[in-house]
Amino acid sequence: MKLIFEKSAPDRRAVQPGPSDVPASINIKKALLREKPAELPELSELDVIRHFTELSRRNFGVDTNFYPLGSCTMKYNPKVTERIAAYPGFAHLHPLLPQLRMGGMLTQGALRVLYETDLFLREIMGMAGFTMQPLAGAHGELTGMMIMAAYHRDKGNKKTTVLIPDSAHGTNPASAAIAGYKVRTIGTTENGFMELKDVEKALDDDVAGVMLTCPNTLGLFNPHIRDICDLIHSVDGLAYYDGANLNAIVGKARPGDFGFDIVHINLHKTFATPHGGGGPGAGPVGVIEKLLDFLPVSIVVKRDDGTYALEYDRPKSIGYVAPFYGNFGIILRAYVYMLMLGKNGLKRVAENAVLNANYVKEKLKKHYKLAFDRTCKHECVFSVPESMLGKSVHAIDIAKALIDRGFHPPTVYFPTNVKEAMMIEPTETESKETLDAFVEAMIEIAEQAKAEPDMLKNAPVTTPVSRPNETAAAKHPNIASL
Amino acid sequence: MPFISNTTEQQKEMLAEIGLGMDDLFSDIPSEFLDKPMNLPDGINEQNVRNKLAELADKNSINLTCFLGGGFYDHFIPAAVYSVVSRSEFYTAYTPYQPELSQGTLQAIYEYQSAICRLTGMEVANASLYDGGTAMYEAMMMALRITGRNKVIIDDSVNPINRVMIDSYTQNLQIDLEETHCADGLANRKRIFRKIDDKTAAVILQNPNFFGCIDDFSDIAEAAHKKGALLIVSCYPISMGILKTPGEMGADIVTGEGQSLGMPMSFGGPYLGFMASRMKYVRKMPGRIVGQTTDRMDRQSYVLTLQAREQHIRRDKATSNICSNEALCALTALVYLSLLGKQGLRETAQICADKASYAYKRLTAIPGVEPHFKARWFFNEFVLDLPCEAADVIAKLIEKGFAAGFPLSRYYEKMENSILICVTEKRTKQQIGMLAEALESVL
Repeated sequence: MKLIFEKSAPDRRAVQPGPSDVPASINIKKALLREKPAELPELSELDVIRHFTELSRRNFGVDTNFYPLGSCTMKYNPKVTERIAAYPGFAHLHPLLPQLRMGGMLTQGALRVLYETDLFLREIMGMAGFTMQPLAGAHGELTGMMIMAAYHRDKGNKKTTVLIPDSAHGTNPASAAIAGYKVRTIGTTENGFMELKDVEKALDDDVAGVMLTCPNTLGLFNPHIRDICDLIHSVDGLAYYDGANLNAIVGKARPGDFGFDIVHINLHKTFATPHGGGGPGAGPVGVIEKLLDFLPVSIVVKRDDGTYALEYDRPKSIGYVAPFYGNFGIILRAYVYMLMLGKNGLKRVAENAVLNANYVKEKLKKHYKLAFDRTCKHECVFSVPESMLGKSVHAIDIAKALIDRGFHPPTVYFPTNVKEAMMIEPTETESKETLDAFVEAMIEIAEQAKAEPDMLKNAPVTTPVSRPNETAAAKHPNIASL
Repeated sequence: MPFISNTTEQQKEMLAEIGLGMDDLFSDIPSEFLDKPMNLPDGINEQNVRNKLAELADKNSINLTCFLGGGFYDHFIPAAVYSVVSRSEFYTAYTPYQPELSQGTLQAIYEYQSAICRLTGMEVANASLYDGGTAMYEAMMMALRITGRNKVIIDDSVNPINRVMIDSYTQNLQIDLEETHCADGLANRKRIFRKIDDKTAAVILQNPNFFGCIDDFSDIAEAAHKKGALLIVSCYPISMGILKTPGEMGADIVTGEGQSLGMPMSFGGPYLGFMASRMKYVRKMPGRIVGQTTDRMDRQSYVLTLQAREQHIRRDKATSNICSNEALCALTALVYLSLLGKQGLRETAQICADKASYAYKRLTAIPGVEPHFKARWFFNEFVLDLPCEAADVIAKLIEKGFAAGFPLSRYYEKMENSILICVTEKRTKQQIGMLAEALESVL
């Protein structure tokens, strides 16, 4: 398909900004101007619409296909949230307005959304307070690590190291490193967990804290989670909860009760805001009482007269990780979702997410190698059986074959501590019929792997392109048409 | 239950098939943690939630005539932008890890990267970062990696909202961050030249700067390069319709806040951080990058590339921790730029500058209102000194229906009487006239 630049024709126009109602009065010095206008395409509005409509048809989304991408929680995104985010009262609100004197009174609706989202998240997570600033999950992790560092600095602790299990998302070690910490990796035992004794062995006074997902990326809940948190607390360390897998327990159990001190939530996972093809998301961070002072500036507070205001006077705060109050449009969508589900609805989310994952796990375990054969939470991890590997069929081939059958593949080759991993997360919004069709496709692929493995190596054949040459792309990068 | 597809009957069937009860599915969680009461409201239906939120939206005053900018702008957004980005094939997709079923997102991001390069006069761009402030911080970290040095010079004419973010992000890092105080509205050459040495990784500047003044950093680029340091320039993308590009000035990394490219102000986000650089630094760049390649049948195709830099491969050695970024906002920017096109962006920028210039003339004609800087050229924002405290005047003008500008005392010493006023193409001659009358009446 042609690039949009290749469809350009001189003097073709879509939007006409002029004419202006003021005289063209300014003649900026020529040396300050660009030599030639930017080579943007010249198109009609129809050209633009056709181009992007055609591109959109080259995409899978949750609205078009089942998307069991493990650890990404690709649930259905309710349309009402899109509608509400576009209300002019929210969409056209300038973020600097509340920073003007009297301005806070002009944004009471938006401040209330932020305040109540904070209250809801406190209840759900068992935390004392949240910041809405972090703009994505990894950004929440970084914010959490900055809070951890601020706490230790404030107490005069000399801490250098964060403990992270080998099954963690890559963002965990990256976030800890960017916040200035060294990372000590802890292995996963054959139980699928980071064991208490290994934490004990890795623990010393240098340890600032631990970063954990719970359930972990294998979809397993560590029954010793409270003991691990206690152990970390014994050296005045802090326990950080990565909320990537919150969908497994939302409304059912609270990380604060497990002993966690800092949490982040991916609103674009558990709280159903759209993933946008890779953002925007939102990653609010919650903390327990003793860490409240370190949360970023500003915080929404409710005054005695029932009005809402922004509090800026926070001397111990880590400062600003976003220009304003976070990705407000995303927070708003999550708020609407929480209002609609209510406490019972949220609980049903976790129950059905876990039920769907266990159903798929049980249906597939005769055909693929289950990494850990026990009750899973919101996702299950398989690996490719030896019999298939013997025929040179790998996880990537199974993934591509699923595409031809109309399914987005699971996450493959992650977690990295399972060889040839396939991580399936169906989410609660999918029906039994969809799961059955997916299971059937997976079984069909397993059979094809025995009978005609070469067919799988060629998949996908139904997509606009077949497997692109990634090695060539990285060797001679062409990342812009100039 | 809303948004759950399985019926109660199906749930029972499924449990029967796996031979467990619902409670069994959670038996691995210690019972002391399970099903504790939560103080949350009961759920409500769509009709009620829309009514409730419409009420809250009404409590936000969006009817003020907006002369407030400060890096976040009230520009016109063509309807076709919404039309494209509301296609759920785009907005309900995830990061394009599986290229065959993500060619739509991937080609769009490749085109976005190309558009950002063309706009800024650079050679490579990434797929987006969270916002302009994070992009500036990431550019600084990139410069530290490239040079192996740890001193950074930043002028205080750079948006203070970005500077406070950089201060926060670098609290735990050993970085020698030195600020220079701008000279009459332009980057302070004297101080910057004195500070650039062989420990300097980068100089960070902004054009047009926070005060709206237009500068040319070619001389600073040259001075930085002589000492092996990089020049990082943050720019306002709409101004690139007419202004000299950071690329033409010799910048090594360009960043900026992309909100003005078709995104509503939405009370602070979602926005778009963009970043562009030189081909020789591409492997040091943070964030996702889309590259063009071919498939097995030699068809042009697009993939996420240079992933060896990233957190899911390099973990604690990655160039950045960034994972999800602002892909849909990048698409928004691309659609906006495609609709405006080569002539439309130039005209929009020119109209902004013309209207700001007109407003400047009208407002400085009011007795007691003076320009703060002698610097002659500004884009669509300018600083005026009032005869009394700006915050007071702004509060009075709110009552008259104007968000008249930003009081600079919020971030700068000795600027109690200074106001930053912004004019976009959306403001009419009549509105500007009414602002002038209102201002005169409250002084």
